[in-house]
Amino acid sequence: MVDVALIDHVFILAAILFCLGLVGVLVRRNIIFMLISMEIMLNAAGLAFIAAGSAWGQPDGQVMFLAVVTLGAAEVAVALGLTLLLFRRYQSVDVDNLKELRG
Amino acid sequence: MQLVWIIVCLFAGGACAGIAGRISADASRWLSLATLVVAGLLGLSLLQPSLQDPSVLIAGSDAPQGQWLHLVQAIWIPHFGIQFLLAADGISVVLILLTLFLGFIALLSAWKEIQQRVGFFYFNLLWTLAGVVGIFAALDLFLFFVFWEVMLIPMFLIISIWGHEDRHYAAMKFFIYTQASSLLLLAAMLALVFIHWQQTDSLSFSWFDLLGLDLDPGLGMVLMLGFFIAFLVKLPGVPVHNWLPDAHTQAPTPGSVILAGILLKTGAYGLLRFIIPLFPDAAAQFTPVALTLGVISILYAAKLAFAQNDIKRLIAYTSISHMGFVLIGIFSWNAIALQGAIMQMVGHGLSSAGLFALAGALQHRLHTRALDAMGGLWSSLPRLAAVAMFFAIAALGLPGLGNFVGEFLVLLGTFQVHATTAVVSALAMVVAPIYALVLLQKGFFGPPSAALAGKVDTVADFGSRELLMMGAMMLGLVILGLFPRLVTVYLQPALAGLQQLGWGG
Amino acid sequence: MLDWLWLVPGLPFLGFLILFAGQGKMPKRWTTLVGVGSVGLAALVTLLIAVEFYGTPEAALTYRQTLWTWMEAGSLKPGFSLYLDGLALSMLFVITGVGFLIHLYASGYMYEDEDFPRFFTYTNLFVAAMVMLVLADNLVLLFLGWEGVGLCSYLLIGFWYRDPENGRCARKAFIVTRIGDTAFAIGLFLLFRELGTLDIQDAMSAATATWPRDSGTATLIAVLLLGGAVGKSAQLPLQTWLPDAMAGPTPVSALIHAATMVTAGVYLIARTHVLFQLSTDAMQLVALVGVLTLLMSGFTALTQTDLKRILAYSTISQIGYMFLALGVGAWSSAIFHLMTHAFFKALLFLTAGSIILSVHHQQDIFKMGGLRKALPVPFATFLVGCLGLTALPPTSGFFSKEQILNAVWSSPTGGQLIWAGAVLGAFITAIYTFRMFFIVFFGEQQTEAHEHKGFKFHVPLIVLAVLAAVGGFFHLPLTSALPHAGHDHVPLGVEVTAIALPMVGVLLAYLLFYRQIPALRQLFETGPLKSLAAFFYSGWAMDWLYDRLLVKPFVALARWNSKDLVDQLPAVVSRGAALFHRLLSLSQNGQLRYYVATMALASLVVMAVAVYTG
Repeated sequence: MVDVALIDHVFILAAILFCLGLVGVLVRRNIIFMLISMEIMLNAAGLAFIAAGSAWGQPDGQVMFLAVVTLGAAEVAVALGLTLLLFRRYQSVDVDNLKELRG
Repeated sequence: MQLVWIIVCLFAGGACAGIAGRISADASRWLSLATLVVAGLLGLSLLQPSLQDPSVLIAGSDAPQGQWLHLVQAIWIPHFGIQFLLAADGISVVLILLTLFLGFIALLSAWKEIQQRVGFFYFNLLWTLAGVVGIFAALDLFLFFVFWEVMLIPMFLIISIWGHEDRHYAAMKFFIYTQASSLLLLAAMLALVFIHWQQTDSLSFSWFDLLGLDLDPGLGMVLMLGFFIAFLVKLPGVPVHNWLPDAHTQAPTPGSVILAGILLKTGAYGLLRFIIPLFPDAAAQFTPVALTLGVISILYAAKLAFAQNDIKRLIAYTSISHMGFVLIGIFSWNAIALQGAIMQMVGHGLSSAGLFALAGALQHRLHTRALDAMGGLWSSLPRLAAVAMFFAIAALGLPGLGNFVGEFLVLLGTFQVHATTAVVSALAMVVAPIYALVLLQKGFFGPPSAALAGKVDTVADFGSRELLMMGAMMLGLVILGLFPRLVTVYLQPALAGLQQLGWGG
Repeated sequence: MLDWLWLVPGLPFLGFLILFAGQGKMPKRWTTLVGVGSVGLAALVTLLIAVEFYGTPEAALTYRQTLWTWMEAGSLKPGFSLYLDGLALSMLFVITGVGFLIHLYASGYMYEDEDFPRFFTYTNLFVAAMVMLVLADNLVLLFLGWEGVGLCSYLLIGFWYRDPENGRCARKAFIVTRIGDTAFAIGLFLLFRELGTLDIQDAMSAATATWPRDSGTATLIAVLLLGGAVGKSAQLPLQTWLPDAMAGPTPVSALIHAATMVTAGVYLIARTHVLFQLSTDAMQLVALVGVLTLLMSGFTALTQTDLKRILAYSTISQIGYMFLALGVGAWSSAIFHLMTHAFFKALLFLTAGSIILSVHHQQDIFKMGGLRKALPVPFATFLVGCLGLTALPPTSGFFSKEQILNAVWSSPTGGQLIWAGAVLGAFITAIYTFRMFFIVFFGEQQTEAHEHKGFKFHVPLIVLAVLAAVGGFFHLPLTSALPHAGHDHVPLGVEVTAIALPMVGVLLAYLLFYRQIPALRQLFETGPLKSLAAFFYSGWAMDWLYDRLLVKPFVALARWNSKDLVDQLPAVVSRGAALFHRLLSLSQNGQLRYYVATMALASLVVMAVAVYTG
């Protein structure tokens, strides 16, 4: 049971984690690191859900966290598969080299 | 009922010809010819009115009804007040007959020229004709719009599949112009129906019901402009005429014949049937603008025609010039000018179709449309040259041929109400011979051009198929020119009825 | 017999149809038979009609024949209706009679031409249209004939189509006359608006009933009709086409550009004279146009060297006399002069044709010379023609011109100044006519000449020569159509001057061009007179002026805008769309991290907006 008064601290932590993840996605060019950063962002969101659910005594937060974890797992599975394929084709995991969709 | 049969016959014949084309090209040709013969006979039967007492059939309408010769009415989509309403008065009958006649001409001119995907070509040709016949007969606005689109798509295909070197550009331009303008038409139409619904609490697309609506002047003007722009594009008038020279130049010969001969008339017909009867006040207010556009079309296009080197482009610009007369004739809205406008439509239908068929024949033989690569054809192609001279003279409005009757009546009628317009338009009498005679000079007189030297004697003159086709149009123009009353007797009652709907009626 | 009236235009038209259907493949003998025969039969019918016409005791006989109603729109209901009165009959005589002689001549003249059948196809159509013009009972039908003859004129001037220059001349003729036709058409529109009819007789009686004397509307209509007449009859300011029209075969020049079509303007004004009578201003204008034209073209004829061009300018000048006669109200004198002019000018042209053929298509008079002995028959007939043109008594031209000059003297719209101009014109006429005559037939022979002999060449020349000589004694049956001209009493001195001056002119020409007095010649070959002569030679630089003023600007404008500026309008739309597309596709740069950043930024903005707007 998290104290409602402490909830702000948890949210700030979650926000910092989310921003770290976002910055990681933005500045990293290696796809693997971008995926890791995205995991951090997902977990920051999950943390916020858990904290909020605990603070207001609602189960929804935990439900959402489970969904986020599941999503994250699925996403990693797909993303890693794609990364593998990309590496095979381009011999690189640098995302800036992958610009074929440029208009 | 003949109206329905004609349209069904053309649709069905087109579909059959399309399928037959998979078996043999000739089967498709003969099947189309047979379809047109049947449709033509049905068309001739339209001259005999089938309607004894129209007031019984058009229930609940106080529109003038005496002029209707044929009427077919059936429920189609009752939920939205849409009917299957076909009606024909003298104007419609004359224009339907012109359509079917030029259908024959187009068919004959396609006979040798179209060699690829023959079945599909005749499918498109006959469906276009069906759409045009529908337009001339439909009096339910929604049905009119359906036919308006049915006519458009096959024509687009004809240009873009069987056209000349720049066909895709031309077809796209044609499509965008007409499609964008028909969007305006649709919007204005729906708004009109909606206003009628608000006022009377009944939903109807019928022309008869929409007559005499009490429109707010500003709104009336906006709706009228929606209709007007759509029809002006089709007519075409300056400044929305640009699609026409490209489309005409790039279309195959039968396509040009249909475009110039018939499709342009749908715009004029729309002006006549819809704009002024549905929006008499707005149209009256708009008349000075419309007349100015007409005068500019006449003179500007004539001037442009003079400067062209491509023979089909030249003819295309003359079409714009001639249709300008129709525009001023319609907006002058008196008995003489209106009759002149329709005679001009019929006369121009024949003369421009003839000129395009001629240009097609020349291109087929010489593989060029450039006038400066011709010259001196009078001695090597005497029949073709004589025919060319006939049509050029008809186009410059020589009395005794069809176009004169139209032009003269339009100018005479216009002068009664808008003298300045008529006087300025009459300058076309000076400019028209300039382009027509330059066409003759560059194409047929003088010495053969360098490009033609040595080749002149190897090209074949008109054969019997082409002579038949050209002869039919020439005869038509002479009859129109000397005995125009054969046609105008059908127009007079219709115009008298129509005239009451506009201003000054 | 009067029922046969429709045959007069019908027969030549039938001839046209037969020749047209023959596609030039008929044997020449048949072509001649159809082409000449149809006009001959028409002349015969005219003669039969005339016999009956003259046999009728009533002087004011008119006859109307309606073939069918042509158009019907509103109150307009012109018919294909023929109307015969004395005026129309006089014109029919000229058209079918002189026309037949010219056709006969042409069947010899054109025999060697490969397009022999085409020639008669056109001329038969021309005769039909011209007859329609004079017989029309309404102005719309008259306009049909009017344009029809214009078309045939175009076709025949450009008959030898291989030379682009002929084509240019033909186009010029058609387009310049069309300018006048446009004025004519506008006149018709105005007349119809004001009177509600285009039937000539109805309109004329309505005009007198509706308008007071010198009403502005009547003047305007009369001036517009005059515009049409001026174009067709090659009068100032639309006269420039006629000299170029000489590019056509010579029989064409005789038929169309001397005897018949160019006089259509005179006919039109005579036909609508009631309208002109209502307006002193219009009459004055007609008279001025006439006198100015006759002087200008007289001076020009004085300097020309091409035989046919001299005759062309003299035609313009003589039609100027007819206009002058119309302008002073001497209607019947104008028609009289029209007829005598048709005789002697057709004669002159046909003889000129014989001469030109004999000297192998040489048309420069200074390269002929001394042909008197080689060409005896043309010499004789040309002399008769020249006498007629100079109006020396007792040739036909004398009677008609004398009537005109006397009328000018005593008319309110004429007066002494205009009379002086007309007499000066007659004096110049004498000089240029006999200049041509002496240079062609006297002096040293410059070229070989082979006379073309035979029935077809000689008979028309001799018949026309007889007509030109004694045609002045004919009495024209004009009383049913035109107001009777009273006898104009003029002072004896005036009459003597008018008769004497042409004789002085002949004498002067004799001294200058036969005796070739050196002092006189020198006067014209040096100094200011020489440059003046060059100015006259160019037709008073009217061609130059029109070229700069109208033709060049129009062509330049057309060339400059041959691509259609309005076509740039949709191009602006399409270019705008392309630009917009390029701008948007800048954001589609394929950089995944850039997409993430924009997404994050956008979400932030959306959330911020949601929070702060509550």
